[in-house]
Amino acid sequence: MSIRVGKAAKAPAFPIAAHKALENNQLRANVRRATTTIRNKRALRVEEMPDWESLRSAGAAIKQHTLAHLDHYLEEFVRNCERAGGKVHWARDADEANSIAINLIRTYTPKDSTAPVEVIKVKTMTSDEIQMNHALEREGIVPIETDLADMIVQLGKDEPSHIVVPALHKNRTEIRDIFRASMAQPELTDQPEDLTAAARKYLRERFLRTKIAVSGANFAIADTGSVCVVESEGNGRMCLTLPEVLITLVGIEKVIPSFGDLEVFLQTLPRSATGERMNPYNSLWTGVTPGDGPQHFHVILLDNGRTKLLEDEMERETLQCIRCAACLNACPVYRETGGHAYGSIYSGPIGAILSPQLQSLEHSRSLPYASTLCGACYEVCPVKINIPEVLIHLRGRVVREDQKTLKGKLGVENIAMQAAATIFRSERRYEASQRLARIGQLAFERKGLLTNLPGMAGGWTATRDLKPIPSHSFRDWWKSRNNTTWSPKSNMSQGGAN
Amino acid sequence: MHYNTGYHGEAVPLVRRFVELFRDAETVCVPSASCVAMMREHYELIARNEDDPRLLAEVQALLPRVFEFSELLTKKLKVTDVGAHFPHSVTYHPSCHSLRMLNIREEPLTLLRAVDGLNLIELPNREQCCGFGGTFAVKNMDVSTAMLAEKKACVIETKADVVTSLDNSCLMNIWGGLHRDGSSVRTVHIAEILNSVKGLAGGNA
Repeated sequence: MSIRVGKAAKAPAFPIAAHKALENNQLRANVRRATTTIRNKRALRVEEMPDWESLRSAGAAIKQHTLAHLDHYLEEFVRNCERAGGKVHWARDADEANSIAINLIRTYTPKDSTAPVEVIKVKTMTSDEIQMNHALEREGIVPIETDLADMIVQLGKDEPSHIVVPALHKNRTEIRDIFRASMAQPELTDQPEDLTAAARKYLRERFLRTKIAVSGANFAIADTGSVCVVESEGNGRMCLTLPEVLITLVGIEKVIPSFGDLEVFLQTLPRSATGERMNPYNSLWTGVTPGDGPQHFHVILLDNGRTKLLEDEMERETLQCIRCAACLNACPVYRETGGHAYGSIYSGPIGAILSPQLQSLEHSRSLPYASTLCGACYEVCPVKINIPEVLIHLRGRVVREDQKTLKGKLGVENIAMQAAATIFRSERRYEASQRLARIGQLAFERKGLLTNLPGMAGGWTATRDLKPIPSHSFRDWWKSRNNTTWSPKSNMSQGGAN
Repeated sequence: MHYNTGYHGEAVPLVRRFVELFRDAETVCVPSASCVAMMREHYELIARNEDDPRLLAEVQALLPRVFEFSELLTKKLKVTDVGAHFPHSVTYHPSCHSLRMLNIREEPLTLLRAVDGLNLIELPNREQCCGFGGTFAVKNMDVSTAMLAEKKACVIETKADVVTSLDNSCLMNIWGGLHRDGSSVRTVHIAEILNSVKGLAGGNA
């Protein structure tokens, strides 16, 4: 098995990658501007919905039910999709999915063809998860991204930094430079109309000459065997209708029981993702139709670690995700660092729980800690994934795995946590440690302040001042108060404002 | 701190100790929204994971009597004007856990508006996290500092003399950053503002 999520296994730890991202002011300005815009648009489109909370609950309920009976609904989808003329393939992991796709592309390429084999792609994060483009390129197949943002990322030899808006970290001028370099248009301006025209010309040529397309899917519908893709540009629609062969890669968690369930998700997804009431393009197709659209339709159902999550009720919640990225736009951590710091194509809060669970935890052990647990992600999630709760659950796994090793046991953090747990359990020990700390802190006190603490606490005082433990604590005051008549004065003389 | 950082086993005796200390209390008033959030969101889960029905029953019996400070005043005691005097311009930072876990929104503002002499100024982008996040502040020091920078800028923009909140942890973070910058803005827990009366140190400080 080769379960992997993009390049995540080789990515540096989050704090290290974040440090680098924070030094890039242009990137930070781009991310802030873009996330603020989408966040505000979303808020507007959610506020106008009187039944938003019911829609969230309904979405969560549908997903929970499906995940609890995933085998049943997947089999139903396969039956109905194949009855309509599609062919379904099962892929256990990234390598299997890629080799199925490569074999299909080879099968449908004329044997006497001398031109390089090209495939056009509809935005699909799942193909990035399995690094399909690299796999195709190794086989001499040229993947062409047609989603505008994916195209920018591909031409700029970059990585996606956002689930819905992969080039969110780039501004117009940077995009112009990428287009100038890769489209032989040295005079191109950064005006939206000019950029769009350049992209259209580049893409139309490829839409018309390419015979094979690879797509992802937002939903796979069990009772009809249909597949659904929602998008804003229409480039997806081109890929789904013009080529002769369509290969659709679907994570197994994307299945929903019935066509009627779209009623919920087609209301919550566009509002959450882009702040639109409805996506401009909602494409639904069922098998093949003679004389209309692709005549060969294949679905690759991808596991790549997903079934592992089904076992645990809390971990299973992660699979409810419909990839709207509202949590990224709401996250104050993502807002500062952008997506690349997460070292995975799944970034932001959902990435921080998805990547460590899909692949082995040791490859992304810093991700569950890349959050203040502020809860902004949970608040906006259209399928009510309690991301903070899952983060805490994963932190528990990291700690338990650490404590099994000698290095982990002797780690500063573990020792401090054990000591604190012992101290917090007893008033006597708590008071004694407070007295001790009052003495200990004298070594670091300057003008009544702690500004340069050693060890982990140094992470605090590098950028923040800290007040020493006061000579008279709340506990002391509480005790003395019991012996005297209470008056506001006796209170205020002790505490005072910070 | 233990539970949120992943030290789940270590948190269990602390839950037991809390229950032991407060099981006979008529009402438990907690001056930290974050602590109340930990109790309400996780104590039952901790007891369940321990497979300890007795602890679970005790937690369930105790929790309805636990109140965050501003909740206790407004929801249980139905008090909004405590007769305080605090002649300063004040801005309120709604801590994440008070806002999103306890759903405390208007209560502290109602209390602050009733304080004599207090000029309440709205904090821009107030619902955004200050970057504290417990051990996050040291484990992800750079990001925490960047988040704090945004919060500091919003505070400075209000020109308020005082920032208040329901959580001292946020205030410790915000004060730490502001003071390092040389700012004279003070951070004061809401209980201290409500405890200030005319002619006394707190009211005039």
